Amino acid sequence: MNSAVIMKQVPDTEALIKLAPDGSGYVKEGVKFVMNPYDEFGVEEALKIKEAAGAGEVTIISLGSERAVEAIRTALAMGADKGVLLNAGEGSACALGLAKALAEELKAGDYKIIFCGKQAIDDDMAQVGPMVAELMGIPCVTVVTKVELSGNKAVCTREIEGGKEIVEVALPAVIACQKGLNEPRYASLPGIMKAKKKPLDQKDISLGDAKAVIVKWEAPPERPPGRIIEGDDAATKAAALVKALREEAKVI
Amino acid sequence: MAKEVLVFAEQRGGALRKVSFEMVTTGRKLADSMGGECCAVVVGDSVSGMAADLGKYGADKVFVVEDAKLKDYVPDLYAQAVAEVAKDAKVLIGGASAMGKDLLPRVAARLDTAMASDCVKLDMDGNSLMALRPVFAGKAFVTIKINGTPQVAAGRPKVFPAEENAKAGAVEKVSVSLGDAKAALKELKQEAGDRVDLTEADIIVSGGRGMKGPDEYKILEELADALGSTATVGASRAAVDAGWRPHSDQVGQTGKTVSPSLYIACGISGAIQHLAGMGSSKYIVAVNKDADAPIFSKADYGIVEDLFKLVPELTKEVKKLLAE
Ligand SMILES: Cc1cc2nc3c(=O)[nH]c(=O)nc-3n(C[C@H](O)[C@H](O)[C@H](O)COP(=O)(O)OP(=O)(O)OC[C@H]3O[C@@H](n4cnc5c(N)ncnc54)[C@H](O)[C@@H]3O)c2cc1C
Repeated sequence: MNSAVIMKQVPDTEALIKLAPDGSGYVKEGVKFVMNPYDEFGVEEALKIKEAAGAGEVTIISLGSERAVEAIRTALAMGADKGVLLNAGEGSACALGLAKALAEELKAGDYKIIFCGKQAIDDDMAQVGPMVAELMGIPCVTVVTKVELSGNKAVCTREIEGGKEIVEVALPAVIACQKGLNEPRYASLPGIMKAKKKPLDQKDISLGDAKAVIVKWEAPPERPPGRIIEGDDAATKAAALVKALREEAKVI
Repeated sequence: MAKEVLVFAEQRGGALRKVSFEMVTTGRKLADSMGGECCAVVVGDSVSGMAADLGKYGADKVFVVEDAKLKDYVPDLYAQAVAEVAKDAKVLIGGASAMGKDLLPRVAARLDTAMASDCVKLDMDGNSLMALRPVFAGKAFVTIKINGTPQVAAGRPKVFPAEENAKAGAVEKVSVSLGDAKAALKELKQEAGDRVDLTEADIIVSGGRGMKGPDEYKILEELADALGSTATVGASRAAVDAGWRPHSDQVGQTGKTVSPSLYIACGISGAIQHLAGMGSSKYIVAVNKDADAPIFSKADYGIVEDLFKLVPELTKEVKKLLAE
């Protein structure tokens, strides 16, 4: 059973985001890029399924610039079999544009299950997975914390407000992963050596006009400076805080 | 009939969710600025009774798609139903809830249009929807304009006000011939306890590595209990990874994004990934024994103190205040 993981390279979670002076985006120089943390769960799950079955191939499909090769190699070092980079340069499209390009690539393969992260931690859109599924005419389960395969079906647990839904879907399906699904493995040194020899196909693509366009970037609103509540002991401080929350902030 | 704005009104288990009222109120404002109609669509089994409530918040007309097949949330059938009603709308909005985030991208893809998710502000500029949304977990904000029809956006729960608006909504039943579902809900598991979900809570008492262990969370539970039914308990990733709290309690970049009116961080250092998830809280209180903890730079009120001494005192004070 072959599976695919849609993977995006994103700035590290530690990265400080500086806006470009002309308002066109953010400054990429000096930023460390990594595999989207939610996609790591997808890679891990695909590898676990392959190991349990003792057969099948895991393909990593990334859409991005040349730089994304690094992240694909990381996934190959974790144990994936081959990578495909849809090289669209630094140009940006909207989620629909990305989903169309990814769906086209995915349709060309014979994947029983397609993993992706529940969202990319740069644009935080959470749209690509469901859009790809819709465009391919296959089911999708989002925010998944558990996957159990049985024959041609997958039973997935997904997080909803105040609870969980257990959903059964027919394969092929898109599964958008949430933290809790598994513990992604690290790339081992032998894995990193092997990854260099694994196939990585680069295809230049051009994304059509974006239907969602960013017209403005701005810094987050500044929080007004806060104050430290002083007092002789915990009881005095607690009393002063409760007073402030009631009388100034009016939140209790 | 023109549908300037269509609001997807989410219901679960036969009850409308609060975010639906927030989005209908928002849709009303957007429609007014265009001088047009605000409509709502509700999908489910026996849901027409909900139309009156949606009218109260400003829907001129409520489209109802009812079918026994739609009793539970079935993504593909719901997408089919909503797309059918939304295809001639100019703007389609809904909540960026678990359901909205799952459903609306599918509807957008079906209608070959784009969407902006998790928006914190929605305005019309003429006929163009201007959607303000955080990116990089709040480290920057972007305004998005959509060149497609409808222009789709999902609003973050608890950010938009829900206001009653005295317009009585008319009901129109829409019949959609539904195919077979590709996905089926097998089971719905409610979390034990009756606390509100983090994303819907008004007050969050959160604990980090400074809590020392799972049993110590009892003092945070007691504080949350004292603060009332809109309060709940959250955690940092360090606490979740240590196995002290379930993953669903995690606040942060790889946890939940929350917007309570009050966030009380106890024994949390304030790592950038944690701040990302709670930075849009209205008021932040930090309790930490280390005066140099980065959390203090984000807090409206900071208390340098051992949390094990402070939290029980805080609970006492809150109880005293609320008993008055
Ligand atoms: C890819 C990635 C994603 C991440 N996502 C998230 C996320 O979503 N959410 C998240 O929270 N983190 C996330 N992190 C982890 C983050 O970097 C921090 O490690 C984590 O937030 C630290 O948790 P903490 O503040 O509870 O623990 P610590 O940083 O260890 O801080 C504990 C604090 O408790 C204080 N303390 C100890 N004892 C007491 C006491 N008795 N009284 C008062 N104060 C006390 C200490 O002074 C200290 O400041 C992520 C990291 C990575 C790499």
